[in-house]
Amino acid sequence: MKPPVFEYASPATVAEAVRLLAARGGNAKVIAGGQSLMPMLNFRLAAPELLVDLKHLKDLGGIHIDDAGVRLGAKVRWCDIEADQRLQSAHPLLCEAIKSVAHYQIRNRGTVGGSLAHADPSAEMPGVAVTCEARMTIVGPAGTRSETADAFFTGPLQTSLEPDEILTEVALPPWPHARRWAFLEFARRKGDFAMAGVALYYDLDEAGQIANVHVGAIGIADRPVRLAEVEVALNGQRLDDRLIATAAKVARDSVDPPTDIHAPGAYRRALVATLLGRGLKKSAARGV
Amino acid sequence: MKVEFHLNGELVGAEVEPRTTLADCIRNDFQQTGTHLACEHGVCGACTVLVNGEAVRSCLLLAVQVQGDRVVTVEGLSGDELTPLQAAFRKHHALQCGFCTPGFITTAHALLSHEPEADEERIRDVLSGNLCRCSGYVPIVDAVLEARDAYRKSGDK
Repeated sequence: MKPPVFEYASPATVAEAVRLLAARGGNAKVIAGGQSLMPMLNFRLAAPELLVDLKHLKDLGGIHIDDAGVRLGAKVRWCDIEADQRLQSAHPLLCEAIKSVAHYQIRNRGTVGGSLAHADPSAEMPGVAVTCEARMTIVGPAGTRSETADAFFTGPLQTSLEPDEILTEVALPPWPHARRWAFLEFARRKGDFAMAGVALYYDLDEAGQIANVHVGAIGIADRPVRLAEVEVALNGQRLDDRLIATAAKVARDSVDPPTDIHAPGAYRRALVATLLGRGLKKSAARGV
Repeated sequence: MKVEFHLNGELVGAEVEPRTTLADCIRNDFQQTGTHLACEHGVCGACTVLVNGEAVRSCLLLAVQVQGDRVVTVEGLSGDELTPLQAAFRKHHALQCGFCTPGFITTAHALLSHEPEADEERIRDVLSGNLCRCSGYVPIVDAVLEARDAYRKSGDK
């Protein structure tokens, strides 16, 4: 349980970090908080030649909130989100979701960018990013590019990041004050990765009907997903017990979760339906 | 690589491989063996230390990453007299084999230093990141609740 041999660099600028990564082809890894990468190294599931530590990079740790939404620098830690009271109204779904991320000590080091780049299919932050149609800012040798969360996640622990690119920021669209929402996940022990989780939000139109509904799920596929069929079933409807039952059934029928050592696929499918139903009920109680 | 940091208030330096975790560095290079290693992948909390006042897992941190930082281990939280946390742990029998205890002490100290008003729910939430296999959670929570009074009085001790 000791990491393999590697070299270590802690550059002062993003450009220098990108250069270091590019010089090693695919054999260098970025480390920030290290709360996903260090276990991978200790298990020797990852064995890079070089670790490029983002420790000295400035400007990646900011939380910016304005009319365009919430922008989180890649080095923003879970504890930074918890401590920023502005986010309680600027993005309550984010605040609720990250409460379930790991434990106290890990939240003191784990970062938003690290979780997104690690791309665990059960992780909360990737689920929030996909559900909310976040945009990623990525810096590489050719300059800066922007990508949707949907295109960013390509598979289990896989993203569209090239080996010489660094994720620098994630931007979440603005959050209307009256928006209704919920985040629920189920794990056997607190802080464990979720067996399944559901993130959802919607606005109410003038007639009191659901509009602009977004429903995402984690832990049930090889990456975080949107439940498009559930969204179709909900949009334009009035939320009541009957609609909640219908949506839960659509969710159950439309997902096909994998079976692994943590839970059978059928159990995860049932969890998604249950969590969605509970989430919709919870969202209704959040009206303003 | 050369790394220098403050360990329990003293500036120390060592020549380490980049792959050396902070936990191994503290234990092997500085013989501060109060920091215990069990799972070595961030699950059990036994290796918790304070870096710049924040509780972190020293098995998920490289020694080279704490260059210039202030590291405090369980050794740094003891004195000639029992500290409030130590006294409360003894009083409530909050340890049996004691292997997990350094992680609980460091974690509880960080929590109570930052949040002296933490209620039982918050304490349980934070301690959920530490495993005790002697099944001592109830007395541990009781001990932390009792020690909390001392942190409220002393401010940022």
